[in-house]
Amino acid sequence: MKKKLVMLGLLAGVAALSMLLTACGQDETTKKKLVVGFSQIGAESAWRTANTTSIKDEAEKRGMALKFSDAQQKQENQIKAIRSFIAQGVDVIAFSPVVETGWEPVLKEAKRAKIPVILSDRSVEVSDPSLYVTFIGSDFVEEGRRAGQWLAETTGGKAQIAELVGTPGAAPAIDRKKGFEEVIAEYPEMQIIKSQSGDFTRAKGKEVMEAFLKSPEGNTITALYAHNDDMALGAIQAIEEAGKKPGKDIVIVSIDGVRGAFEAMVAGKLNCTVECNPLIGPQLFDVIENITDGKEVAKRVVSEEGVYDQTQAAKALPKRKY
Amino acid sequence: MVIVKLLKLQTRYIPLLATASVFAILYSIGLASFSHFGSLRVFVNLLGDNAFLGIAAIGATFVILSGGIDLSVGSVIACTSILMATLLEKGWVPATVISMALLFGICFGAAMGCLIHCFALPAFLVTLAGMFFARGLGFIIHPQALGINHPFFLNTIGDNLAIRLPHGVEFPFTASCFVVALLVAMAIAHMTVFGRNVYAVGGNEQAAKLMGVRIGSAKLMIYTLAGFFSALAGVVFTFYMQSGNPASCVGLELDAIAAVVIGGTLLSGGVGYLAGTFLGILVLGLIQTLITFHGDLNTWWTKIVIGMLVLVFILLQNLVTTMTKKGIAQ
Repeated sequence: MKKKLVMLGLLAGVAALSMLLTACGQDETTKKKLVVGFSQIGAESAWRTANTTSIKDEAEKRGMALKFSDAQQKQENQIKAIRSFIAQGVDVIAFSPVVETGWEPVLKEAKRAKIPVILSDRSVEVSDPSLYVTFIGSDFVEEGRRAGQWLAETTGGKAQIAELVGTPGAAPAIDRKKGFEEVIAEYPEMQIIKSQSGDFTRAKGKEVMEAFLKSPEGNTITALYAHNDDMALGAIQAIEEAGKKPGKDIVIVSIDGVRGAFEAMVAGKLNCTVECNPLIGPQLFDVIENITDGKEVAKRVVSEEGVYDQTQAAKALPKRKY
Repeated sequence: MVIVKLLKLQTRYIPLLATASVFAILYSIGLASFSHFGSLRVFVNLLGDNAFLGIAAIGATFVILSGGIDLSVGSVIACTSILMATLLEKGWVPATVISMALLFGICFGAAMGCLIHCFALPAFLVTLAGMFFARGLGFIIHPQALGINHPFFLNTIGDNLAIRLPHGVEFPFTASCFVVALLVAMAIAHMTVFGRNVYAVGGNEQAAKLMGVRIGSAKLMIYTLAGFFSALAGVVFTFYMQSGNPASCVGLELDAIAAVVIGGTLLSGGVGYLAGTFLGILVLGLIQTLITFHGDLNTWWTKIVIGMLVLVFILLQNLVTTMTKKGIAQ
């Protein structure tokens, strides 16, 4: 008798669970609708969340079925998700790899199943580039060049620059430095006099800028180049605390184009931000449509990005999604 | 008398049957909701994708059966994987690298077992220390993810050792490792003196001692075996990822413990089956697969469902334990 009770209780528990799952499970019989599987790294930053929203919105707009999977920052989850996409027979797989290595086996599997793979935002290291169709994402070197170009034009080619570098070894830090230095090299009166890592964070950006200002060359700094907006926002605090006017005494240019940067520009404390656009949904789905229509697709698609200064900031601010 | 015995025998199997029915129900939900769910590929993925977690859970089953706990599993896997990638990068031969990795796990487990027994320290704390130690060690060996380009890993493991099945499906080598490890572990648990000792120590350490079980050597063996399975999980993880990453598998030991509990093993020790753990792993994998197939559900639901299942099974175990006691009393 009691055994029956136990079994009943258990069945009730399981039934509750299954109801939860079935309630959410829809029938997948709708044919001909293009099915796209997207494996996202996670939801670690506002930038990433904006990226996710952009992709989800665009899929809905174009009437495509999107299988979206959040990998919770774990590569093994991404591999599992991609395998599941293959098993489901999706038409196209896209993913933002959490790390560069270890993708060969699963991409081979996708290739054998004849499912095209698109890399979004970050690239992978594979021995055979035919394992993916294209890589859509920002060109970090170009972002650095644009920041340099803007600074050269604004200062008339004369500046003593302090540089806040991103996390050492990270691709955006290496490339943004490279692009910026390329442009600066053409202007003999522009020099980087201080350069140190601020780890892409606001707190570290502030700390390093404080050290810059206290150093013997501190008073000669006329411009600041930060590899991302967060470090620039931290540095702005440090500059204010040192009794200087950010945006006037020291011209500041940074990269990313987050909301906080636009707010700082409206307040006159930041001069320029070079956009690093997470809203690649429309471009991604253009590429997906081209692939499914059998059209040629470039191996590298650079995301569309703008440069914003104070004159455009107030107008652009309400429209910023991240 | 006979009826009481029969009842006892059957109550012992209730958790196992429950796990099997959960699996069956989840699988039917998948079949009913998604058109490709019944394909062979989905089932093979279930084994291949969860092989490293499964092997880790085998080790955890032995430890939990003996009434202990091992929190170092995830860190040992990460540490083994980055050790292997680094040694291969330096030009070592794969066979040596794999042996070194397994040896590392055995020594690590033995050291923890030694500390637990000789100084009568709680397993929770010793393996917690082990967890931090192995995680740190991994980052010291190499601070970032490191790819493996050795042809043995890319071609032999990835392609040649995979078993070709119909419909273009491949049974990956990692899945074969899992199945073999499971069979060997079952043989150890149910057919050897050591296996019986594990159950005895977990059931009642004092009674086991009085029966003449050498508790010290048994515990040492249990943690050594667990260390070996953690390292084996690390090796299979490295096969699976074709890279080493010191930051990987954070909290994996908790997934392994969840699989063991869902598989019907009592956390207090002495009762449980490896077959249950196997079913537990399949259930965990199935939940993840269902959520990915659905495609619109936040993947964090996986954790919520696992949490609910663990709770249901702990309640069930509680019931079974009281029933067994009453059965004996009668």
